[in-house]
Amino acid sequence: MKILVCISSVPDTTSKINFTADKSAFDKNGIQWVINPLDEFALTKAVKLQESQGATVTVINVGDAATEPVIRKALAIGANDAVRVNLDPKDSYSTAKEIAAVAQNGGYDLILCGKESIDYNGGSVPGMVAQLLNQPFVNASVGLDVNGSEATAVREIEGGKETISVKLPAVIAGQKGLVDEKDLIIPNMRGIMSARTKPLQVVEPASSEVKVQGVSYDSVPPRAAVKMVSPDNLDELVRLLHEEAKVI
Amino acid sequence: MAVFVYAENINGVYKKAAFEAVSYAKAVADKAGDTVTAISINPTDSSDLLYKYGASNVINIKDEGLKNFSAKAFAQAVSEVADGNIIVFPHTTDASSIAPMLAVMKNYSLITNVLEAPESLSPFQVKRKAFSGKGFMHAKAEGNGVIITVSQNAFGVKENAVSGSEEIKNLSVANEDTKVISHEQSSGKLDLKEAEIVVSAGRGMKGPENWGMIEELANVLGAATACSKPVSDIGWRPHTEHVGQTGKAISPNLYIAVGISGAIQHLAGVNSSKTIVVINNDAEAPFFKSADYGVVGDAFQIIPALTEKIKAIKG
Ligand SMILES: Cc1cc2nc3c(=O)[nH]c(=O)nc-3n(C[C@H](O)[C@H](O)[C@H](O)COP(=O)(O)OP(=O)(O)OC[C@H]3O[C@@H](n4cnc5c(N)ncnc54)[C@H](O)[C@@H]3O)c2cc1C
Repeated sequence: MKILVCISSVPDTTSKINFTADKSAFDKNGIQWVINPLDEFALTKAVKLQESQGATVTVINVGDAATEPVIRKALAIGANDAVRVNLDPKDSYSTAKEIAAVAQNGGYDLILCGKESIDYNGGSVPGMVAQLLNQPFVNASVGLDVNGSEATAVREIEGGKETISVKLPAVIAGQKGLVDEKDLIIPNMRGIMSARTKPLQVVEPASSEVKVQGVSYDSVPPRAAVKMVSPDNLDELVRLLHEEAKVI
Repeated sequence: MAVFVYAENINGVYKKAAFEAVSYAKAVADKAGDTVTAISINPTDSSDLLYKYGASNVINIKDEGLKNFSAKAFAQAVSEVADGNIIVFPHTTDASSIAPMLAVMKNYSLITNVLEAPESLSPFQVKRKAFSGKGFMHAKAEGNGVIITVSQNAFGVKENAVSGSEEIKNLSVANEDTKVISHEQSSGKLDLKEAEIVVSAGRGMKGPENWGMIEELANVLGAATACSKPVSDIGWRPHTEHVGQTGKAISPNLYIAVGISGAIQHLAGVNSSKTIVVINNDAEAPFFKSADYGVVGDAFQIIPALTEKIKAIKG
């Protein structure tokens, strides 16, 4: 079985988000980059399938050379090899097109993604890849088993969950639950050393049609100063919520 | 510029998110000088509910093959009937699965997590959530067709009654790639992303056995319950309740955070709540900086007392 895992390189979750002075772009100054946390669940799941079913795991990232440390981290976690499409992605569609182009020739049985990236929050790449490849798609996946040419995925729905059988090849987008938080793999020294020699292929973009542009960006306006209420005066809190905020 | 909207139902019953999406579509149509056509798949609810928010046409797709959800088959069905250049979806789990597939099928632009009415129609430009709630992006669509997903609780549900008509479309979309094996829905539980009030608790609650008081407060307020990440990681609460950067992003009218420190990753998912109340025994907890109202004190005393007081005013 061949698995392709899509990983995105995103600002570390503790990052303060700033924009350039003209507000036209995200300010990358001083940012630490990490594997998108939701993609880590997908990657760990793939490595587990590699261990249990002898699958090979390829990671793919659409990004410029600056994303290579993040790709190496994915190799250290256990992927066999990696592909980087040499394009600084500008929107979900152009990213999905590149992934689909690589997947098209690779004969992958399963494509795993995170449900969304925590930077631009598009949540669109996995579904677009599935449609570009004309494959079935299961989103928000919190469980996955593979059995020959079929997978059983559990997807989260509002107020519950649904178990689905899916014909492979398919695209599955995961989140926490696909594997447990405690099972996420932290690379050890051996993994880090071997990642240095694993193949990382760089390919040039196939096309770069952009469909959505970020015209400008704003920060979140600060909230007014907090009003503190004494724990002995909860009547006042109730009054404020009722009369001032009008939320109860 | 015909405006279409996907009116999502659960087991035939329209979701609040559907009414919000129709309200949004109506605002777009008014700006465009056109009307709203709503599309629904196997609804049992009356179309009157959609006219009320501004849909003048309702296309009810009848298809036995679509009894169960499949992102691809649903996208195919919507694609067959939606021939406008603007298609509005709510940003629910199902709709966010359909929209990207539909965008590729129709070769349209897709803008997700939309917060406000569009800034312009041609080109289509709109404000959306980005960086997990730590920033906003003004996104512009290229080309002449656009699909958007509207972030829940952002635009609001707005009554705008029109006289409408209904059309039944019988389709039989191929749906062979996926098969639903089982479907579990906990009935009677308020959906976290739709809830107007959310009571949320963190590691400060000490253990799962103490969640009774959180649930009781939520009950009295008609609220949904949520939790911080470590709480769901340890298994005190199901991970469907985890809110934040790596959990659910929510925007209720009122968010009550009990025993939650207010780490940046937690705030990312909740800071678009309209009013935030923080209850924490540590006056230095960072969450107070992002709150509207704060109480420094022991949650184990405050929560039961607050519950009684709210019960009293609710009479
Ligand atoms: C990659 C990554 C992603 C993350 N994503 C998320 C996310 O999506 N959501 C999220 O929530 N976190 C996330 N986190 C974790 C986040 O950094 C914090 O660790 C987490 O939010 C802390 O949860 P907490 O406030 O419940 O616990 P703690 O930090 O332990 O805080 C508990 C609070 O309870 C208070 N308290 C204790 N006893 C009482 C009492 N009796 N009465 C009142 N108050 C009391 C304490 O003063 C303290 O402020 C992420 C972390 C990483 C590394």
